[in-house]
Amino acid sequence: MFDVKKIREDYPMFANHPDLVYFDNGATTFKPKPVINAVMDFYNSGTSNVHRGDYPLSVHADQLYDGARVKIAKFINCDPKEVAFTAGTTASMNQIAYGMEHVFLKPGDVILTTRTEHASNLLPWYRLEKNCGIKVEYIPADSQGRVHIEDAENAMHDKVKAIVIACVNNVLGAVQPIKELAKLAHEHGAYIVVDGAQSVPHRKTDVKDLDIDFLAFSGHKMCGPGGTGVLYGKYELLERMDPISLGGGMNARFDSCGDVILKSAPEKYEAGTPNIEGVIGLGAAAEYLMSIGMDNIHEREKQLRGYFAEKVKQLDNIEFYNPDNETGPVAFNAKGVFAQDAAGYLASQGIAVRSGNHCAKILHEIIGTDQTIRASLYLYNTEEEVDRCVKAMSEITLESAIGIFF
Amino acid sequence: MSVKDLLTNPDILRELIMDHYQYPHNHELTKDTSYLRRHMASESCIDDITVQAKIDDGIIRDIRFDGVACTISTASTSMMTDLLIGKTIPEAQEIVSDYFHMVAGEDYDADLLEEAVAFKNVYKQANRIKCATIGWNAIKEILQESETQHDGQE
Ligand SMILES: Cc1ncc(COP(=O)(O)O)c(C=O)c1O
Repeated sequence: MFDVKKIREDYPMFANHPDLVYFDNGATTFKPKPVINAVMDFYNSGTSNVHRGDYPLSVHADQLYDGARVKIAKFINCDPKEVAFTAGTTASMNQIAYGMEHVFLKPGDVILTTRTEHASNLLPWYRLEKNCGIKVEYIPADSQGRVHIEDAENAMHDKVKAIVIACVNNVLGAVQPIKELAKLAHEHGAYIVVDGAQSVPHRKTDVKDLDIDFLAFSGHKMCGPGGTGVLYGKYELLERMDPISLGGGMNARFDSCGDVILKSAPEKYEAGTPNIEGVIGLGAAAEYLMSIGMDNIHEREKQLRGYFAEKVKQLDNIEFYNPDNETGPVAFNAKGVFAQDAAGYLASQGIAVRSGNHCAKILHEIIGTDQTIRASLYLYNTEEEVDRCVKAMSEITLESAIGIFF
Repeated sequence: MSVKDLLTNPDILRELIMDHYQYPHNHELTKDTSYLRRHMASESCIDDITVQAKIDDGIIRDIRFDGVACTISTASTSMMTDLLIGKTIPEAQEIVSDYFHMVAGEDYDADLLEEAVAFKNVYKQANRIKCATIGWNAIKEILQESETQHDGQE
């Protein structure tokens, strides 16, 4: 049984904000005690740097750090040496784009993506367009952001070297057919790069089963600490790719002629002192989510999202952009009210949502509006919170939105 | 009821904002190149407006604006145009500075601001202050530019 009440007890944020309805989980998530404690324990009694210190505390730090790698590997079903820790999805994506540019791509090659992507999954590729003559092309997506495999097949051609796509879109929650896309890419000798920022926290991700070449995700969106993230890559690809950052901890030796021998993956992607406490916290987050069960979390969110969607469909004053998507945020506008004004009204009722373009700045080419309100759920949200949000949504008018200033 | 009473009545102030949002004044740009212009695009939200002003002999002859913006941005800019058209640069600067005091939650002279006192509570919502000042910042910059041009001529 999925016991939301019990789950909420894990999160001090709820005790500290008893009246807040937090529906901004697409932006970041609350942290449960096991994560907070893992970070605090490191500060209170475990502080030391990693990388072969000669005293017990440092050895212990190494063990905790490498232990987190094992937990993440279990979480996404890969080998620990295929897990490189980064500062987040954005850092991972920039690393992947950089690495592909230097090893896998040549001028005229094509990256195939969608117009629904987040800035951190587009801008690194746009830079390659400028820097080295690579072209970015788009697979069409339907009005709720979904890519259909036939459209991907039609968009595919010999110049395509990678399909780059978010498994779950951050505005519309569209779930893309990653396994089919991976197969399609591989049939054409191309790679598949997946932005897992909005999927890994919410559903089971098995990189082996999906046959993903690269995966990026963020710790803070899955109950983990900020400034943490993961770059997963098939080991052979990680070995071939070059790191974007050079520094300590990732080279085996170098001399004054500038000859550097790098360590093997994943260490070669972790230049400098890593975010040790963050990584330890991220490991704790993965463990926490696994203890609840990713399939249970997914089912629960589907159920709650379905409950939410049914209620929103009944609101005459609301334009609902993604009623049919099973999971992910509820994206909407109040008719005739600017998104930020409407979000301001919801905030006045204690409901935290986000308005704007959500970093998906070319999505408007698909949904026809460049700003929406996004209510995004997580495992700890409840039907009562949905009811409060829906009630407040029903009250949004131009008048009530301006009324918050008086 | 006196004007002063009206402008302290929250219902009236809310109506004023709604009215300026739905039917903004001076809401059409001109191609006339003698107008100074500022394009203001908020980095943190979607607001994106352009303000134009025609200033000669130190007097603001006309102000116009257009763009995509929330109620607060649109209405505050619309009221700004009403308030400042016909004013001299020093008069306008005094009003602008008074307005900025108000939206910062500081003391201000309500008489100078007329309808724009509708935004007196915006400072309580820090994330919306930029909305209430986007058009006003544009005119502030235009006034500065006009002054430096003027200084140059002397
Ligand atoms: C789909 C998607 N990709 C990438 C990112 C960027 O993640 P981060 O800011 O944690 O690097 C986000 C987060 O907003 C996202 O939703």
